[in-house]
Amino acid sequence: MKYSLSLAACLTASSVFADPLTVYAPDYFGSEWGPGPAIEAAFEETCGCDIEYVTGDLLPRLLLEGERTNADVAIGFNSDVTKKARESGLFVPHGVDTSALTLPLDWSDDTFLPFNWSYTAFVYDNTKIDTPPTSFSELVNSDQDWKIAIQDPRTSISGLALILWGKQVFGDNAETEWAKLAPKVTTVTKGWSEAYGLFTDGEVDMVLSYTTSPAYHIIAEEDETKSAALFDEGHYFMVELAAKLKTTDQPELADQFMAFIMDEKFQSLIATSNWSYPAALPKDQWPTEFSDLNYPDKAIFLNEDEAAELRDEAIAEWRTAFSQ
Amino acid sequence: MAHRILAITTWPGLIVAGLVTFFSLGTLLSVGLRADGFSALDPFDWAAVRFTVVQAFWSAALSIAFAIPVARALARRKFWGRKALITLLGAPFILPVIVAILGLTAVFGRGGIFSQVLIWAGLEPISIYGFHGVLLAHVFFNLPLATRLLLQGWAAIPAEQFRLGETLNFSSHDSFYHIEWPMLRGLISGIFAIIFLICTTSFAVALTFGGGPKATTVELAIYQAFKFDFDIGKAALLASIQFVICGVAAVLSLWLHLPQAIMAGHDRVVQRFNISRVDIRMLDFLWITLATLFLLLPLSAIVIQGSQSFFLLPETVWLAAGRSLVTALGSAVLAIVFSLALALAALKFRWLEGVGMLSVAASPLVMGTGLFICVFPFIDPANVALLITALVNAVMSLPFVLRAIGPAVRATEARFGPLSDSLGLVGWARLRLVVLPRIRAPLGFSAGLAAALSMGDLGVVTLFARPDGATLPLQIYRLMGAYRMDQAAAAALLLLLLSLGLFYIFDRGGRANA
Repeated sequence: MKYSLSLAACLTASSVFADPLTVYAPDYFGSEWGPGPAIEAAFEETCGCDIEYVTGDLLPRLLLEGERTNADVAIGFNSDVTKKARESGLFVPHGVDTSALTLPLDWSDDTFLPFNWSYTAFVYDNTKIDTPPTSFSELVNSDQDWKIAIQDPRTSISGLALILWGKQVFGDNAETEWAKLAPKVTTVTKGWSEAYGLFTDGEVDMVLSYTTSPAYHIIAEEDETKSAALFDEGHYFMVELAAKLKTTDQPELADQFMAFIMDEKFQSLIATSNWSYPAALPKDQWPTEFSDLNYPDKAIFLNEDEAAELRDEAIAEWRTAFSQ
Repeated sequence: MAHRILAITTWPGLIVAGLVTFFSLGTLLSVGLRADGFSALDPFDWAAVRFTVVQAFWSAALSIAFAIPVARALARRKFWGRKALITLLGAPFILPVIVAILGLTAVFGRGGIFSQVLIWAGLEPISIYGFHGVLLAHVFFNLPLATRLLLQGWAAIPAEQFRLGETLNFSSHDSFYHIEWPMLRGLISGIFAIIFLICTTSFAVALTFGGGPKATTVELAIYQAFKFDFDIGKAALLASIQFVICGVAAVLSLWLHLPQAIMAGHDRVVQRFNISRVDIRMLDFLWITLATLFLLLPLSAIVIQGSQSFFLLPETVWLAAGRSLVTALGSAVLAIVFSLALALAALKFRWLEGVGMLSVAASPLVMGTGLFICVFPFIDPANVALLITALVNAVMSLPFVLRAIGPAVRATEARFGPLSDSLGLVGWARLRLVVLPRIRAPLGFSAGLAAALSMGDLGVVTLFARPDGATLPLQIYRLMGAYRMDQAAAAALLLLLLSLGLFYIFDRGGRANA
């Protein structure tokens, strides 16, 4: 038994490659319905190597493991939490040329490399709502009886984006404006999935999601009834990032993977597997369903320092307003 | 008395107690040791503590208040499909949270059946979101548990007592006060405690049906501290507060607990004649119907939503279902072994039952993290994912399983212990010949409950599993996260069928001759 086991181990070890590139990623990323598998296949074709995803809570896990981690590369950070990641000292500069980035704003970060992005938006059923709000303040002040589901900023990254978005739009009035929005908010959920489920079940008319959400329904379900409401004030820019671990035992392979993120092969997989905008692909190369979507003119963004500084105050204001 | 207790082997129970203590308190300690410091709690955190206690109290009180008439009606009525109904009524307790949320909104939500009926009748539709929504959801989850545990209490009343009542011309009312109430009094404080404890760790359900941040529980604050603020110290501190709340509740329940008189009978079939009055029959019918509608309508919604894409489910979902089944069976076996060992040892050391209850107060998140911290330096966590999941699930189900098995073991030993001693029946033979046959029903119920709870648990697997090592609940979350709500609904239906199936097989196995 022992013999056959070790034999099997030898066989698998030799038929694959010495040491795989270990990529830590959020659960959605590595699942068969996320972008992970296709990216893995594309990269393995070019590098003649083997990728192994380890999925779960990305940053908490890395912080727990510290320098003992097996990760070579970590992909899937959100810009609103990178400050904590950077302060951990676990990551090193990626060394990738970022001139090919096609983000709606300038990006110069030598450690965290963007691979996809999206705008938060309120998505609605266009068969039920004829005149969607055209601005954040219209959403808040309208006397329409909209029923909305949002995510909790304390437990969900999109919920946090909403609060920072509102804080940028309303500034010092944020608490008053949230109090006006509160009656329209049917419920607040732990994560995006619960809220979006309530929306597709028809329990709410509008849900906090992304401008790219309608593309999923159009492409995968040929359903054109979902639209994103565009706001004059602009939309909050959410970007997902990758970084190379300081403690990697595969530095060359890790570099190769980081560079591959900017590659057209990687970027062209993003739209229809992650339902978001590619970070380094001109708009005319997006799937038409994506480029045809309404597209916000203005990006609202807080860098990690601003986000970290405003976060607690913004959450407290929201919480006070929604607790009345 | 003393010599009888000596005949019981206690070391397996003590080992299990050690394991449970490690999983509950040891993991908390290992998380606490990893913290860089303990930040202070803010007023919001204290509001969360208050909300947690208040909602858990009312959830437990209401669940029991409704469970008493329902269990009483079920206990004294015989009708076609009764056994199947009792099994089905248990389903909400084992549903994964996200599935239950969507099922409940389909019935009680803004566009749900209930509101539609009200609108049709010319009334205002109701809103489920608010404090009452939290209670409604928690009663939905826990009414089945309370009902099942009370039903066992009814089943334990010897037929002779009711016969005696008949000869004394007892009315239904008299039976309640002289026969049934003493039984209830013995059970209620324990059931109240267990439901209170379950509700203290509620989080996604409380938030969703609470409608906003007013419905913040301690568990949410733990989640936030751990996953968002990466403030391990605060997570550990909050988890300790949760333990204190649960500890106080458990001590109160023990303090209020009234020892039950030993009720010995000859296992005759219960025959009752004072319940045939029309009004009493109508009342029983009403309670059974209401409970059935309340518990089964949301399940029906899940079945309807899930059946559309059921046969389009990808292979990987079935594979995940297979992994979940194996884990669930392992968890059931472990739970039974653990609880038997504890229940037997608790005959000698009563406090061991308290240890068995510990895990209900543990935050699943802290338990998972603590285990991760302990395991990670030695082995790749992914290699032990399913083993750890089965172990954790077994320990997590112990409080419920012990509730069912503990009293049965005690009652059996009280009745047959002296006889067994005089026959020199000890050890394994005594367990096999005397104890096990007499606790078959609670044993089957417990194994079914442990298996089903394990099936539906998302718990620690998220911290440990590989992308291709997912369990069924994890696949449901992944499908939802990838917009595939239809397939998620279908996978949820599969989960519901498997959980119920497992529960039914074990439970029926235990009640085969009953």
